[in-house]
Amino acid sequence: MTATAPALDVGLVRAQFPILSTTAHGRPLVYLDSAATTQKPRSVIERITRYYERENANIHRGVYALSAEATAMHDAARARVAAFINARHEREVIFTRGTTEGVNLVAQAWGHATLRTGDEIVVTAMEHHSNIVPWQLVAAQRGAVVRAAPVNEAGELDLDGLQRLLTKRTKMVAVVHLSNALGTINPVKRIAEMAHAAGALVLVDGAQSAAHLPVDVQEIGCDFFAFSGHKLFGPTGIGALWGREALLDRMPPWQGGGDMIGTVSMEGSTWAPLPAKFEAGTPHIAGAVGLEAAIDFLAGFDPSAVAAHEHELLAYATALVGAMPEVTLVGTAREKASVLSFTVDGVHPHDLGTVLDAEGICIRAGHHCAQPLMRRFGLVATARASFSIYNTREDVDALAAGVEKAKEMLA
Amino acid sequence: MSSVSELYQSVILDHNRTPRNYGRLEGDARRARGYNPLCGDECTVWLKVEGDLVADVKFEGQGCAISKASASLMTMAVKGRPVAEASALAERFHDLVTGKLDAAAQQTLPARLQVFGNVAQFPVRVKCASMPWHTLKAALAGGDAPELVELK
Repeated sequence: MTATAPALDVGLVRAQFPILSTTAHGRPLVYLDSAATTQKPRSVIERITRYYERENANIHRGVYALSAEATAMHDAARARVAAFINARHEREVIFTRGTTEGVNLVAQAWGHATLRTGDEIVVTAMEHHSNIVPWQLVAAQRGAVVRAAPVNEAGELDLDGLQRLLTKRTKMVAVVHLSNALGTINPVKRIAEMAHAAGALVLVDGAQSAAHLPVDVQEIGCDFFAFSGHKLFGPTGIGALWGREALLDRMPPWQGGGDMIGTVSMEGSTWAPLPAKFEAGTPHIAGAVGLEAAIDFLAGFDPSAVAAHEHELLAYATALVGAMPEVTLVGTAREKASVLSFTVDGVHPHDLGTVLDAEGICIRAGHHCAQPLMRRFGLVATARASFSIYNTREDVDALAAGVEKAKEMLA
Repeated sequence: MSSVSELYQSVILDHNRTPRNYGRLEGDARRARGYNPLCGDECTVWLKVEGDLVADVKFEGQGCAISKASASLMTMAVKGRPVAEASALAERFHDLVTGKLDAAAQQTLPARLQVFGNVAQFPVRVKCASMPWHTLKAALAGGDAPELVELK
């Protein structure tokens, strides 16, 4: 935490999240599962409500004003996303259901058309299943191979190990920006340079990073970047895939339907230009305007103040919970954000989760959709507390007291 | 919702810390593996059937206190019982943890299994308690070959 970072007024932040004043099992809600999904500020909730109450119409359809306005709103939301990640152009932003769909889109639209027998896709041992399984699916279809770069004991990507996997057979490097299970921040700019030097493309899974790290796709130098709205204070069911225009232009569509076509005849069809080519069917219009409101919400804060606040919480939690003799932290990378993953001797993560739940404390317990990573550490599951802009030191104190209680009860 | 102390009663904590019949059976014992893909917990049950009787049963596994205690108490409950009774007990246990047995019906179960009645108040933990019993059922139904039970 730098001395110059302006302090975040967490009380004012919390007042914007209606759910944070509710209770769970009669106790104030302590929400420490923002890596699973963030809570939603009133501005996002009200924006979606206003859309449905006053602005709802299908886009690209009607000649009437309401439809034209909905179309304009959807376009404006895309422009907001493009600016948020510093895309060169709005048409490089494809709306998706979320990060998972973004990765699947690239795996199918790019991978299915491009990969040949023996080609390799390199992921890392810390990937979420959604950045492993889509590649396994297309690899099986095309006779390609998925390889995983190793992770060290601290939960950091082994860059030498990654380098050794990069060969002329490597066609794609798919890597998580900020690990949901460990909190590790990967050096994606360097990874992109390494991958490009080997002639491979780079996809960055930004599901966690979009809410916690500055994202500039041109600065990172990646080819694709996927993220989700719901981990960024926005609604579920909306996200975005950014891709380089030249790549997206060459990729065939992956889903067919309305909106993605140029002309359709029974003999064959042509495709709409970007971004419509990849957006078949009526999109999640309310989700898009909700995502725009969520980005506006986050933009209302000084990024360095948010980062300092979250870093301070993580450091406090690491010291408080990590100091317990029965606790082992899983993921101690030097570059780390927002996630405290740990095990407690004699207390299974699920039992810990149940004991904490009774105290009104929400954490994630399980494999975090990262089973290969759990196996890497010889674990089946960990407990994970994750922090966001609205969390406080009192939340961390409650967590520590809950862990103590679970130890007394179960260990 | 019932309190966590009702879920984690002393008998469950005891069997979590010191599971009974933990280990493997050698020779021609049947084996079945249970796995909960939602949480990654697993349980392997070894079963020796002689005539109509469950002559011996052991288990190994990785799991939470509920699943480990459930497996441990299960082995004690079915060891020495006729196979048909063990199967029936598995069905009754499932009814217990899914809240389908009233207080009177719960009383007819072996005393040490009755503590799992509180699991019904914790819906996300029902599978933890039932997984060892699903695995037992697979072992009872199976022959000598290992079987896999993928819980839905």
